[in-house]
Amino acid sequence: MGMKTKITVALSGLNNTDNPGPGVPVIRGIRESEYFDPRIIGLAYENLEPAIYMRGVVDKTYQVPYPSEGSGVLINRILEIHRRDPIDVVVPNFDAELYAFMRSEKVLEDAGIRTFIPTLEQFEERHKEHLPEFGKKYDLHVPFSKSITGLDEIRKLKDDFEYPLMVKGKFYDAYLAYNEEQVRMHFNKITAKWGVPVIIQEFIKGTEVNVVALGDGRGNTIGAVPMRKQYITDKGKAWAGITLDDRKMLDLTSEIMEKTKWRGGMELELIKSHRNELYIIEINPRIPAWVYLAVGAGQNLPEAMVKLALGMEVKPFGTYEVGKMFIRYSYDLITDLKEYEKLSTQGEL
Amino acid sequence: MRIKKNIAVSDSGFVFNPTTGDSYSMNQVGREILNHLTNGRSLEEIKAVMTSEYDVDAASFEKYYFDFLSMLRQFELLDDGDEN
Repeated sequence: MGMKTKITVALSGLNNTDNPGPGVPVIRGIRESEYFDPRIIGLAYENLEPAIYMRGVVDKTYQVPYPSEGSGVLINRILEIHRRDPIDVVVPNFDAELYAFMRSEKVLEDAGIRTFIPTLEQFEERHKEHLPEFGKKYDLHVPFSKSITGLDEIRKLKDDFEYPLMVKGKFYDAYLAYNEEQVRMHFNKITAKWGVPVIIQEFIKGTEVNVVALGDGRGNTIGAVPMRKQYITDKGKAWAGITLDDRKMLDLTSEIMEKTKWRGGMELELIKSHRNELYIIEINPRIPAWVYLAVGAGQNLPEAMVKLALGMEVKPFGTYEVGKMFIRYSYDLITDLKEYEKLSTQGEL
Repeated sequence: MRIKKNIAVSDSGFVFNPTTGDSYSMNQVGREILNHLTNGRSLEEIKAVMTSEYDVDAASFEKYYFDFLSMLRQFELLDDGDEN
C-alpha cells in the first residue's frame, strides 16, 4: 500500500463530558483510516471542552464563536482560520451549528473547504416540530406531536393527548410528563435554555433503539449500524450500548435514506413497540456521539464521510459485527494552567 | 417448540438475543432443557430424562418446565412463528 493522503479536518463537538459530543469518536474514526494521514483541528466553543487538551486526539484548537452570535460571525472565523491554517474538510457536530454551515456551504467550498451535510430542506423537514408532516409525506410511522409556544396551550393538550406525554426542546432535552403541572415545569425549564417552540409528543411504549447511518445524498445508504443503549445516564445519554441484528431497523433506514436522499450523517431514534412496530421519534441530522461503536463493528462512517466530502466514490458497507459493545468511561487528564491560559487569551492552542 | 434461529447460546449458558441486545445467564439445568428443545425432543422425552437424572417427580418437573418455557417466551426467545 502506498503513502497515506495527508488531509486537514476541522471539527467541533470536543465536549467529551457527561453530555458527550461526537467530536472525539469522529476523530478516532478518521485517525484509524487506512487511507488518510489526518491533521485534526479542533473548533472549541468553551475553554474546558476536554478534547482541546487531549494530546494525540486534536493537533490544534481554535476557539470559535457560538452560532447564536450570528452565522456570519462563525463562518468568518472559520475562513480566518483557514487562511492561516488551511482546512480541507470541516465536520460540524452540533445541530445548532448546522444552519450556519448549510447556508454557507458555497462560500466554504469556494474557499476550498468541503463539507458533507444535509441540505436546508432536508434539515428542516425532519425537525421535531415537523415530524408529523414528515411521516405523512414519506409514509413513515411517527408519534403524534404538536408544537406549543405558550403556557396557556398546556391546558388544551388533554384534548389531543393522553398522559403521560413527552415534552421536548427544539434541539435537546426530553422529559416524560404525567400531568399538566409537570408539563408546565418542563416547559419552563426547556424554554429558558432553548426557547420556543416546545414539542409535545405522544409517548410510545416500547424499547428505544437507535441507528447511526450515512447517506450519500443520492438515496443510497453508505452505512448503517443499529444499537440499543444498555446504560443510560441521568441526562439520557448512552454510556454503554450493543450492536443489534435487526433487519427491520436497517430496512427502515434505507427507506428513509432513499426517500429523502439524505446527505451526510444521521442518527435515528426509534421506539420498537410491543407489537414490533418501529416509530421514528427523532431524526438527528449528524453523526451521534456513539459513532465509534460503528467503527468498532466494522463501519468507519467518519472516514467514509470525509471521503464523500472530498467527492470520492465510497462503496456501501455490506455488514457489521452484531454483539459489539461500547462502554464509555471518564478519565481525568492533567494539564497546565499555561495551556488553559493560552487558549483563553489567544483563542488557540 | 424451538429457540429462535438467531439466538446464540454459549456452552457457559450465556444467552444472547441479537435482535433486542438482551443477554441472560442460564444454569446447568436450564441449559440441559434448552439442549433437548433444540434437538427437537418432546415434553415426554425430556421429562423422562430429567426425572431419571434429577431428584424430581414428574408433576413438579412439568410445572417447572412450563414456567421455564413461559419465561423464554416472555423474553422473546422462542420461535412462535413471528419473524424477526
